[in-house]
Amino acid sequence: MAETINAFKFSDKALAEIQRYISHYPEGRQKSALLPALHVAQAENNGWVSPEAMDAIAEILNIQPIEVYEVATFYTMFNLKPVGKHVLEVCRTGPCCLRGADQMIDTLKQKLNIEEGETTADGMFTLKPVECLASCGTGPMLQVRETYYENINSEEAVDQFLEMMRNKEVETPEWAK
Amino acid sequence: MGIKILTEHINVPGIETLEVYRKHGGYRSVEKAIKTMTPDEVVEEVKTSGLRGRGGAGFPAGMKWSFLAKPEGIPRYLVCNADESEPGTFKDRVFMEKNPHALVEGMITSSYALGANTSYIYIRGEMMFILRILEKAIAEAYAAGLLGKNILGSGYDLDLHVAPGGGAYICGEETALLESLEGKRGNPRNKPPFPAVKGLFQSPTVVNNVETIASVPWIVNNTGAEYAKIGVGRSTGTKLISASGNINRPGVYEIDLGVPVEEFIYSDEYCGGIWKGKELKAVVPGGSSVPILPKELILKTAAGEDRLMTYESLSDGGFVSGSMLGSGAFIVFDEDQCIVRNTWNYARFYHHESCGQCSPCREGTGWMERVLHRIEHGHGHQQDIDLLVSVAKQIEGNTICPLGDAAAWPVASAIRHFREEFEWHIKHPQEAIAPGAVYREQLAAATV
Repeated sequence: MAETINAFKFSDKALAEIQRYISHYPEGRQKSALLPALHVAQAENNGWVSPEAMDAIAEILNIQPIEVYEVATFYTMFNLKPVGKHVLEVCRTGPCCLRGADQMIDTLKQKLNIEEGETTADGMFTLKPVECLASCGTGPMLQVRETYYENINSEEAVDQFLEMMRNKEVETPEWAK
Repeated sequence: MGIKILTEHINVPGIETLEVYRKHGGYRSVEKAIKTMTPDEVVEEVKTSGLRGRGGAGFPAGMKWSFLAKPEGIPRYLVCNADESEPGTFKDRVFMEKNPHALVEGMITSSYALGANTSYIYIRGEMMFILRILEKAIAEAYAAGLLGKNILGSGYDLDLHVAPGGGAYICGEETALLESLEGKRGNPRNKPPFPAVKGLFQSPTVVNNVETIASVPWIVNNTGAEYAKIGVGRSTGTKLISASGNINRPGVYEIDLGVPVEEFIYSDEYCGGIWKGKELKAVVPGGSSVPILPKELILKTAAGEDRLMTYESLSDGGFVSGSMLGSGAFIVFDEDQCIVRNTWNYARFYHHESCGQCSPCREGTGWMERVLHRIEHGHGHQQDIDLLVSVAKQIEGNTICPLGDAAAWPVASAIRHFREEFEWHIKHPQEAIAPGAVYREQLAAATV
């Protein structure tokens, strides 16, 4: 497995962050740090979690690789295939739709010329529909990494958002700073 | 304007810092509880207060605490459920983001009452930015001697950690949450045993919602009896309401339980009326899983009494003509909204979020989504409406956790109150699939 194209190695800061989580749990319960470790791996691996990254987590947590795979495939935040530079996680749930989420998503599809789940040809954006993000009073909205972008309720707002994102670097999580 | 137990200082600049928070009376409950009260006395105050679980189920918090098993030599845990995922609900997010120390204080005082020496806040993974805010507040509390060993010289030790989820509505169910916290898939556990006996790491555990825990400091400071004076009947205290949908002032409002629904919708203190000068059509008063009510039944009960924002009044009439307060997610629909489309949207949500453990939910949620999708898209059959009712009925009560009920109720209630709208979609598919098309006759009849 080690020589495949997705070769993966955690940085020292990432390892320290995973160890910090492990320290939160009783002896022998290090598996509890699995979800945090998957978040760290995704941030370290261009926004997705590769099989190699999952194997690395299994080794750190001293669990079987299947225990990582079965968890990574259960939770929707973990992308198991390569994604664009910015993953636009658009809320498609009822309360946001009452305030125009369908229109926001249609406008994004049209401007980016992609369907839900696809990535733009230049690798800049992936459009990922998600369920309620607890931002119903400020919908329509979407999330990119650790930031919410809210009240995107017109074509102009979509344009402004895309323009800003095109010039934005990927966020560095707190632990990697 | 009622008393603000949770939100009085929420907009004070710098309230997210320990210094400003303490200046406004923060952490008094920790001192009072640890220095002058026994853990059981704190539990008694919470019992007296009548505080009910604010996550949706409304179970009395003090009673839940008193069920906690206390075997010798086995650790006990308090876990805060910050997995706020019920569509329409965003109160905990706003609260934690603005006033993180208020939750940390509630966790310390509550952990002391339960005899927990390690506690966790499980927050949904999408809210990683709030996890950072909470961790900052926790670090400040450690530095001030409010967490860690020998808190305020009392001999009481407490460690508090925040754990992120990974994107799964089901983890708001307390046993799925515990599975997730242990690094597993969020499959709800069979009960019994209940978490109070075997919870996190097989140890006795209490799981409480953010708002429930954040209400404890006020109760400790002012007594449970004072708390019980606020509100109406068995709906004591204040409640955070997440108001969303087609209203002028969406947002989080802290209300005394008992405010009339009509006042909540139309008063400028709260929702500020329906947006764009439109008419009210329907309300989902407690989060996507509770029954939807048409205008005439949300403003008044079937008996003609004013509907109030309380657990009891909103459920008056049972599921025939009532609904539930739930998590306090108040979703308002104007006259231009299509009930069929919304019901399909909710059904898709529950299908997406079913963990797949129980067949009635795994198969039934997908079945309902497919049938609703074809009705909404102009391919419905006359028998589809009864089919939906039948599938919903077969899911309800037949699953390990309440997600099955949560999926069934919105479909059953939408058909109960808006059946003509579904029939119109099936009989007139061409008209119904036109962009922006909405069935209007029922609205017209209701306003006569």
